Amino acid sequence: MTNTKTLITPASAKRAQILYGVVLIVLGLLIYLLFVRTTEAGVTTTFGLNLANAQAIKVPDLVVPAQATVLAMAAIAIFVGAYQLARGIPSTSTLIGVIAVTFIIAFLTWSAQDKSFSLTGMLSSSLVRATPIALAALCGVISERSAVINIGIEGIMLMAAQVAVVTATVSGNLYVGLVSAIIVGGLVAAFHAYLVIHFKVDQTISSVAINIIGTGTTSFISSRFLQKATDTLNNSGTFPIISIPVLSKIPVLGPVLFENNIIVYLMLLLVVIMNIVIFYTPWGLRTRAVGEHPKAADTLGVNVYLVRYVNVIIGGMIAGLGGAYFTIGSVGRFDEVMTSGKGFIGMAAMIFGKWNPIGAFTSSLIFGFADSLQVKLQILKVPIPSEFLLMAPYIVTMIILTGVVGRAIPPAADGKPYEK
Amino acid sequence: MTNVLELRGITKRFPGVLANDKIDITLREGKILALLGENGAGKTTLMNILYGLYKPDEGQIIVHGKEVQIHEPNDAIKSGIGMVHQHFMLVPVMTVTENVMLGVELTKNGMFLDHDKVAQRIHEISNQYGLEVDPHALIKDLPVGIQQRVEIIKVLYRNANILILDEPTAVLTPQEVEGLFKILETLIKAGKSIIFITHKLKEVMSVADDISVLRLGRMVGSIDPKEATPEKLATMMVGRDVNLIVEKQPAQPKETSLEVKNLFVRDERQNLTVNGISFEVRKGEVLGVAGVQGNGQTELVYALTGLLPIDSGEVTLLGKPIHHNTPRQILESGVAHIPEDRQRHGLILSFPIHDNLMLCTYYKEPFARGVSLQQKAIFSNAEELVKQYDVRTPNIYVNAGTLSGGNQQKVIVAREFSRPIELLIASQPTRGLDVGSIEYIHKQIIKKRDEGTGVLVVSSELDEILALSDRIAVMYKGQIMDILDANKVNKEYLGLLMAGIHPSETMGKK
Repeated sequence: MTNTKTLITPASAKRAQILYGVVLIVLGLLIYLLFVRTTEAGVTTTFGLNLANAQAIKVPDLVVPAQATVLAMAAIAIFVGAYQLARGIPSTSTLIGVIAVTFIIAFLTWSAQDKSFSLTGMLSSSLVRATPIALAALCGVISERSAVINIGIEGIMLMAAQVAVVTATVSGNLYVGLVSAIIVGGLVAAFHAYLVIHFKVDQTISSVAINIIGTGTTSFISSRFLQKATDTLNNSGTFPIISIPVLSKIPVLGPVLFENNIIVYLMLLLVVIMNIVIFYTPWGLRTRAVGEHPKAADTLGVNVYLVRYVNVIIGGMIAGLGGAYFTIGSVGRFDEVMTSGKGFIGMAAMIFGKWNPIGAFTSSLIFGFADSLQVKLQILKVPIPSEFLLMAPYIVTMIILTGVVGRAIPPAADGKPYEK
Repeated sequence: MTNVLELRGITKRFPGVLANDKIDITLREGKILALLGENGAGKTTLMNILYGLYKPDEGQIIVHGKEVQIHEPNDAIKSGIGMVHQHFMLVPVMTVTENVMLGVELTKNGMFLDHDKVAQRIHEISNQYGLEVDPHALIKDLPVGIQQRVEIIKVLYRNANILILDEPTAVLTPQEVEGLFKILETLIKAGKSIIFITHKLKEVMSVADDISVLRLGRMVGSIDPKEATPEKLATMMVGRDVNLIVEKQPAQPKETSLEVKNLFVRDERQNLTVNGISFEVRKGEVLGVAGVQGNGQTELVYALTGLLPIDSGEVTLLGKPIHHNTPRQILESGVAHIPEDRQRHGLILSFPIHDNLMLCTYYKEPFARGVSLQQKAIFSNAEELVKQYDVRTPNIYVNAGTLSGGNQQKVIVAREFSRPIELLIASQPTRGLDVGSIEYIHKQIIKKRDEGTGVLVVSSELDEILALSDRIAVMYKGQIMDILDANKVNKEYLGLLMAGIHPSETMGKK
């Protein structure tokens, strides 16, 4: 009836308080039932903090008594849950943090009991695996901040990935591949922008078309040409790891953050730059205004169409960089549909991160973490089918998208063409 | 005395419509020019041309004696023209400062937004013109009156000396209107010139130095406010004599139609907004509910029409309880509802007129048979109602959203009145409408009363309450202050009740 429905009513706040409290207590009991009782007394878990080939100064590994640690996690969850029920903790993110941290620590301690588990290795691979997701998310953030939906990121990344490896192989220079990927990303996005801004084509349909074209053309080219001439067209090698002097010597953090290839560094840099541009510069202010209330921006002399074109194209270039990661940034060759949905996961990360570059990056890390966790756990031979482990982050995403955990509000004009 | 702005022979055609036909307008320096006209007379089109949002087909714009070309808002801003739009052009999730500097951002270190310096400028403007506002507040947290100040500050920040205000009072409470008029005075004293667009006659006479009247895209003429009377202005606007006073016979109240006993209603935020109300509406009378907006009137109407559950109390229609019924049951028992927000609750704007005209009874004969809709019956019903209720539309197939406000309201009235009703609940029935439409709607409501229908009119316009009502209930903070005979009160007395003050029995009443 009136627009008060979206507001948080006292009643629903109360419900949320009880919900979180109950979830925490149930989690504590679950940890107790599933992990504490199946952990043998007196066994320890070793968390490796050093990487074999890293520059970092070696530190002793973290060795904890398994049962006591798991028990402590259960106790923390139950205590926080009880406190939440009794008093209430205003910060939702704290609560989610407690839920995630207690569960993950308990789970890792349990699964690696009596064994050694490389924590640093997992964090490092989390960041690497998060890189294409974060770049896809950044592409989404900058487009949608100016109110153009682009779900064609997956297609853009596929095309860029292929172009990158072919140009790099042919020219023998990886940087040629990188630049070509970025240009291709920009061109495809420009095509999308032209359709949706100039012709006002439905944004979803236009970008779905890009996905289909992307999958179709790259698969065709791959099977028709690349597979027959792997050495001359599809074998580029990958960017080397660059160790940043001094910083890479920091224990744990060094190998995770400062021993990566150029695409990972560019991604980190872009997160920072984009956050500054969107929130602290005139261009960002105009972008946000165009995304929220284009008519207002127009009446103040801001060129709505120009802002949208530029943002969508920059977004496409970022997605192109993300595409380059798959080939010249990680395996050095192109395989059909090798992006395997990372573009779409990036969109989820964008929403989970509330259309905010840093938020989008953080959410990408969660997906990257889940991805690498799954691999590590398979190595540890945990008695849980890995498919279930893979599902966890997606289930979390779905819960988040339903709005249970604080609703994310998209830019008000998102997806709507602007008519003068 | 120099002219700061002249429009000469401005013509603008839209497909099928001549929106502006050779319009000439002159704005004198340091004066307020009121541009008066009904909705759809072409006032807003004209101003959008001046502000560069539309391109004129013919005509000249002369600023300070020099002809200027205005192709986009930037050109207008450069010529010193600023516009306060009817629907505010503010980004709700941004701060006042961000909204003000958008498009002309100040930066520090070459690239970063300089919020502090802009806030400083806003403070200066606030102090100079009496436009108090917190530069760091978010727009969505500000009341409408303050948002309008931000719009004015935006214009002043760009150093405009010609201000266009498009229907600035449409969204304001009476107190806020007073405040706005004071601000206009200050602006004039500071040497600014103002074009004030409105269709409210009394406002024009109180603030304007010159009055120009538009009708159907043409300039009807100009008039000196000192010689103007509401009747004269209304005649110029509408093109015929308008009766500003509703003519009606004394009511002939019969048996009770609606009875409300001790009603309590909570709004969607669970606040008790209707706080123990009792009244009755009898057949053949109009009960007016007066009160400043937001004192529980909306929730009262929602509860009576089944849109909001009641907390406790009793509502009976012709002796039968209806307070646990669904909206459809209530509607079928003979209640007609003209909702407060006609665009959101009264019509489906993206549906054609013929569908909007059968929304209450679409599932019944003759509009439906079995599972199929009967197009023929729907069209003939629409043709008939459009003619009978004088809805001005090219045909019945256009979307309701394309009609002017007055014609949209006529569609609602036509739909609600075309079925047998026992009780009419009309909430803000003429809000935002022009004089001609107001006259029409008022006549229709009185006609229903005379046919023996009970009528409940809720309005925050005292003039409307006084014009229509036989008895008047004044609501304040969810309670009824008093129910009075309409012939025995005056505006001042009601005004005090609306503010929650019980005047002593000796004063006020006539």
